[in-house]
Amino acid sequence: MGRIIVDVMPRTEILDPQGQAIAGMLGRMNITGFTEVRQGKRFELTVDGDVTDAQLAAAKEAAEKLLSNPVIEDVVAIRGEQA
Amino acid sequence: MRIGVVTFPGTLDDVDAARAVRLAGGTPVPLWHADTSVGDVAAVVLPGGFSYGDYLRAGAIAGRARIMADIKDRAAAGMPVLGICNGFQMLCEAGLLPGALVRNRDQRFICTDQRLRIEAADTPWTSGYEQGTEIVVPLKNMDGCYMASDELLQQVEGDGQVAVRYVGANPNGSRNDIAGVRNSAGNVVGLMPHPEHAIEPGYGPDAVTGTGGTDGLTFFTSVLQGVLA
Repeated sequence: MGRIIVDVMPRTEILDPQGQAIAGMLGRMNITGFTEVRQGKRFELTVDGDVTDAQLAAAKEAAEKLLSNPVIEDVVAIRGEQA
Repeated sequence: MRIGVVTFPGTLDDVDAARAVRLAGGTPVPLWHADTSVGDVAAVVLPGGFSYGDYLRAGAIAGRARIMADIKDRAAAGMPVLGICNGFQMLCEAGLLPGALVRNRDQRFICTDQRLRIEAADTPWTSGYEQGTEIVVPLKNMDGCYMASDELLQQVEGDGQVAVRYVGANPNGSRNDIAGVRNSAGNVVGLMPHPEHAIEPGYGPDAVTGTGGTDGLTFFTSVLQGVLA
């Protein structure tokens, strides 16, 4: 089975309180060296056999119409992983 | 006057919204997310809760539920639609209102009596208020932070689409203290605070005498008067 991976991230100008909370906790855990943490989402869309161009196009449509909200999020990557 | 109240899996405040419609003098009509039509109603309320568990994003799944296609069509034809809390999130996700709601700035569920200012009294849901009226109704949510890009925010402000604004300290990080917006036509309104929880004397927020707390009722009487007029 092949897989299509879709990565969605909050847009850079949008407040990301979850990322900020993670950054704060990392500091309290003494895990340092990061100037910022942002939290996004990864979706895995599984297909039968190898990933086709048509399936990638469908994944792109899914990413734009449902998996992300363009007001607050960007689709940063869509890629196929072969079976 | 029949006003539809839509229940989705995970909706919590449909009974309160229906009660608000009834106390305002209307007839609430229960609707279901899987219905294909809202039927013979003059207006629709999308109530609060956590539809579909708020999976993916708050209101994201509900905003694409079957009944939303008809609500979009009817809204485009001018039918008044009110989204409260999760209903507001659905309207944003459905593209009926500008902007989006994200996690509260302080990462906490907020439950408080909230002071608000009516910024747009030119909608069917707010016409009974004077412009600039301050009201106090409950605010209770996890994802109530109103977000829009600079460009969109400028457009929303410039077109007078801010319907309701927080007064006092910003509770959740919402841009420009925005608590609710309307569409450009004005018939679709969404807000995070809950007018339907402030409709009965003695049961809504009233720290002074404990016998008032009906500031939210005007949302429901406004639409009834507008529809009858």
